[in-house]
Amino acid sequence: MTPLAFSPAGLRFENIEKRYGRLLALRRVSLVIAPGECVVIAGRNGSGKTTLLRVAARLVRPSRGALSFSSVSGDGKEAVRPGFVAHATMVYDELTAEENLLLFARLLGVVQAQTRVEVLLHEVGLWERRASLVRTFSRGMRQRVAIARALLHEPAILLLDEPATGLDPQGVAWLAEALRGLRDSGRTILMSLHGESEISSLGTRAVRLDAGSIAADTRTGATFRSILTFADA
Amino acid sequence: MRLFTNCGALIGKELRTEYRSRELLTTTIVFILIVIVLFSFTFDPTSDESRRFAPGLLWLAFLFAASLMLQPCFLREQHNDTLSALRLSVSDPFAIFLAKLVANTLFLLLTELILLPLFAIMYNVAVVPVLHWLVLVFFLASLGISIAGTALSAISAQARMRELLLPLLMLPLLTPILVASTEVTKSLFDRAPYVQWKGVGFLAVFDLVFLTALWLFGEYLLEE
Repeated sequence: MTPLAFSPAGLRFENIEKRYGRLLALRRVSLVIAPGECVVIAGRNGSGKTTLLRVAARLVRPSRGALSFSSVSGDGKEAVRPGFVAHATMVYDELTAEENLLLFARLLGVVQAQTRVEVLLHEVGLWERRASLVRTFSRGMRQRVAIARALLHEPAILLLDEPATGLDPQGVAWLAEALRGLRDSGRTILMSLHGESEISSLGTRAVRLDAGSIAADTRTGATFRSILTFADA
Repeated sequence: MRLFTNCGALIGKELRTEYRSRELLTTTIVFILIVIVLFSFTFDPTSDESRRFAPGLLWLAFLFAASLMLQPCFLREQHNDTLSALRLSVSDPFAIFLAKLVANTLFLLLTELILLPLFAIMYNVAVVPVLHWLVLVFFLASLGISIAGTALSAISAQARMRELLLPLLMLPLLTPILVASTEVTKSLFDRAPYVQWKGVGFLAVFDLVFLTALWLFGEYLLEE
């Protein structure tokens, strides 16, 4: 990936709780993520990984607790706007890859939107298919558009919810390479994953969620693996 | 300023996707066409009776058609979770509503204007002398239907019985618009046409109140 201009930023979850009716999806989650960290969130289905990421993206308002961002160049809610890749592709099937990216670039207020979109289309390997409707794309190609969309505004924080879903081995290898570049450029990455993979090896820290609570949090090798593989669960 | 830039980009998206799919316009036009043609068989189109009932029939058809048109407004955004992408991208969530209600008003107005000549022929109503006033009523009523309908579409899209919920919420709420626009249209179809300013004023105030409410509270309708 091309080196980009952004101010490294971190995020802090303070006693975050999220209720959906009677269901408590997150229970007093407190987590401080430093600028430049690459955190892997593991956990079984329904453990609260997606909710945590959606809270971090400010798509879900926590029932209790607070989320804050810290930026090296100064704090502020508006200053930090995370890039988010979710389960769904979050792009329009009825628009082409280029139209999708241009739309979101304009909404985000990206300066020289057309140039930025062209650069990203080259980087995600979709330049040749830029004029094709997204509905004609394979799952892997859609995921590439989704990742390009998340990177449009050069976010300092990247939130990825099982980003390898639906990707073939080549796609996973491409994604791992792309994420390595993003991590090495100083971006803070928070991603939920299932099991060990090329992508999980990029993590500098692993957190396991269990029934909405943090069950383990480590930066060391052996424990890191056990968190991803549920070896001690 | 960002609000209007965002809104412009989103209106472009709405028009482009509709141009490609033609889903909304086709469904709505066919629905109103069926209603107008079916009811024309039950009335004697040459009688004064038809002129008395026609405005009510016309606005009922528009209202039901609008509920069809507004149903997919936010449902479509759930397909690929594009609503989340929009919320993450816009500077003010009101831009999402503003773009949708502008696009919905345009689609509804277009449908109404396409079907007006057919309605005039089938119900033997002289629309040409009062066309400019009719366009004003169509605009104000369509805007009101779109404002309330877009807000309710955002609410119903997150509910379980979403397909049923929108008409259930929308039709009672829009009864005042139905009554006012029917009364104004009736005055325009009269043998000696006149403008019922009270009705026009009511439509304008309805639009203003609901638009302000949407601007103030719209953000909460988009939350998960």
